[in-house]
Amino acid sequence: MRRLMLVPMMAFLACGGGESGEEAAGEGGAAAAAAPLGSGSISGMVMFTGTAPSNPALDMSDEPQCAERYEGEPTDPVVKVMGGHLANVYVRVSGGLPAGPYPQASEPTVIDQNGCLYQPRVVGVMTGQPLEIRNSDPLLHNIKAVPTENRPFNISQPQAGMTTQRTFNTPEVMVPLECNVHGWMNAFVGVTDHPYFAVSGDDGMFTITGLPAGTYTLEAWHETLGTQTAEVTVQDGAAASVEFTYSG
Amino acid sequence: MIRGLGAIVLSAVLAPALAAQDADAGKVIYDRWCAGCHGESGAGDGESAAYMLPRPRDFTRAVYQIRTTASGGLPTDADLRRVIEEGMPGTTMPGWTEKLNRRQIDNVIAYLKTFSRFFDGTDPEVVRIGSAPGVTDEGLAEGRRLYEDELECLRCHGNGGRGDGTSAPELTDDWDFPILAADLTEPWTFNGGSSTEEIYTRMYTGLDGTPMPSFADVITSGIITEEQLWRAAQYVRSLAPDDEPERRDVVRAALSEGALPSGPGDAQWEEIEAYYIPLVAQITLSPRWFTPGVDAVWVRAAHDGQQLAMRLTWNDRNNSPDQRWEPLFQNVRNSVESPDTPLPETQGPDIFGVQLPLVLPEGTELPYFIRGEPRRPVSLMEWTSNPDSMKTGTATGMGTFAAAGGVDVRHQAVFGDGQWHLQVTRPLQPADAGSATPLVPGRPIPIAFYAADGTNGETAERGAISAWYSIYLDVPTPSSVYVAPIVAVLLTAAVGVVIVWRAQQGERRS
Repeated sequence: MRRLMLVPMMAFLACGGGESGEEAAGEGGAAAAAAPLGSGSISGMVMFTGTAPSNPALDMSDEPQCAERYEGEPTDPVVKVMGGHLANVYVRVSGGLPAGPYPQASEPTVIDQNGCLYQPRVVGVMTGQPLEIRNSDPLLHNIKAVPTENRPFNISQPQAGMTTQRTFNTPEVMVPLECNVHGWMNAFVGVTDHPYFAVSGDDGMFTITGLPAGTYTLEAWHETLGTQTAEVTVQDGAAASVEFTYSG
Repeated sequence: MIRGLGAIVLSAVLAPALAAQDADAGKVIYDRWCAGCHGESGAGDGESAAYMLPRPRDFTRAVYQIRTTASGGLPTDADLRRVIEEGMPGTTMPGWTEKLNRRQIDNVIAYLKTFSRFFDGTDPEVVRIGSAPGVTDEGLAEGRRLYEDELECLRCHGNGGRGDGTSAPELTDDWDFPILAADLTEPWTFNGGSSTEEIYTRMYTGLDGTPMPSFADVITSGIITEEQLWRAAQYVRSLAPDDEPERRDVVRAALSEGALPSGPGDAQWEEIEAYYIPLVAQITLSPRWFTPGVDAVWVRAAHDGQQLAMRLTWNDRNNSPDQRWEPLFQNVRNSVESPDTPLPETQGPDIFGVQLPLVLPEGTELPYFIRGEPRRPVSLMEWTSNPDSMKTGTATGMGTFAAAGGVDVRHQAVFGDGQWHLQVTRPLQPADAGSATPLVPGRPIPIAFYAADGTNGETAERGAISAWYSIYLDVPTPSSVYVAPIVAVLLTAAVGVVIVWRAQQGERRS
């Protein structure tokens, strides 16, 4: 197996009190992610069978500027099923990875506050990778993270256009995010010390790339429907398929 | 010099051992004085914790509220020392300077850090807090604009700052316990202190473990300046009087020449002096309750020789029962332990009571201060918010109440911005003697108050109470008060003139 020479990333993986990680200076100084460990990938699908549970209605009457963005009554997209596909399932490689270091993801992952809901609802980041929180609503949100393995934060964002970046230093599945001005708002951040994770889209699909050949355990997480695992074998230069099925 | 060097080497070798010893010595103190509330494993789950709100600190998450470090940061040793020494007003955490010396407190701090792996020996970075600009009217107006429009503090803290904002009813802390947005009009109840500098520091660092965010990023993003944050802090401070209110024992009912105020909103009340009466948890008789919602009442009183009018003002985040506050009520019900009977299943109304001894005491013996006793009944005027009503009667102890119709009590209650104003008017002499206390001007009459917040599951007997104070109905100043000194001066002058004249006579003869 090829071993790449990467700048040691142990600094990123060290526990500690500080909340902001530093940019990785790769061998060559580029800020972009270093070369992948492998050429294999996983192409997955999350299905949903049965009747989807109805999502709770949201009372946004205290925030007319958000309420008026919705035709009819807004609902909280806890279980998002479209055409038999389940979105917002966080999938990560939980076993079988070679020892690190892994290519560091350094592009920020963005969560937006829009219409008094988090978009997207579920994201993944690597330790040390910036999470960028944006406010697109012209009103006050606070963005509060309540992790147990990482340091918390609680930031006021009173204006549209304000962005804040934070990083997490320790793997944690999942870190909840919430707004206290609008108590119905919830999002979830999965933090891993490797870049092999994805979140299923509205079409239920997810892709994990850059894996060396081998057999891996995948864990899928949904905020109310629970976790599932699956084994998948990846070949060099090929996409392995995997399917998860949740039911109502 | 060799000895000095030896001492340095010795202390360098011993220092790690000494540090370890500090935590061990701290554990002894902690187990004795702290574990009862904070728990043996530091998780904030000591034996008495379930009766408290807010709960004692859970040290295992290393999430601390009062700090000088950035949001999510660890506290410094000085931050921890400050809270241990001074306590946290508004909570059950007392100050420990009387009991523990500096060395002992440092040992406890060393032990506290062992509860969480986040304390890794590095010193947290202290944020830079500048200094406040001088307070100006324009500055306060700017602060108000920030509070209401730009930073939207009022979403939780309310229009008047009493914690009754639209987002307030669902607030929880990091452990999902119910939490209240602070009543900014009572800064002596702030956990981290009441000065403008303290308020600014809390806004800058955020209160970790609570919904209160940090505003540091709003400054670094260029949306507001540091000066503007100071203006917001100054505005918050201006919502309350400069000094903590003085607790006085006697409420003076001013003698009014003309008509008494017609209702709680009558401007005449502003000219009558207000007396601050703290209300505390009734934890003596069943049903005991350790976390009442109302913490004080402001009393104003006036009489005209025929009628006594009182205006009672107290802070309450909601006019109970209030369906919007149902989440808080349910959370309180589920998380705060009640030592005797459980809380009611539904929110009740708000209640306020005025208590007097039925018979004016001759000596110093007073009725039992919690609703009287069989030998010494009390006269009660008890108001209920919903349906709005007043009942008058006598009580001889907990669970007793006999309605008395022989006194005409009128009342009017107004609620707004997290505050009740209740005016109660009754004749000094009850039409039916013996049905209520005769209010005799010119002598102190014992008086006590009690309050219940229905959204906190409280009732007339489960809530907040005061001790006995006194009310004194002013009497007109007799004219002899003005005449007597003048007569005395004239007499003294006359006597003086006579003495001097006789002395002069004596001198002429000799």
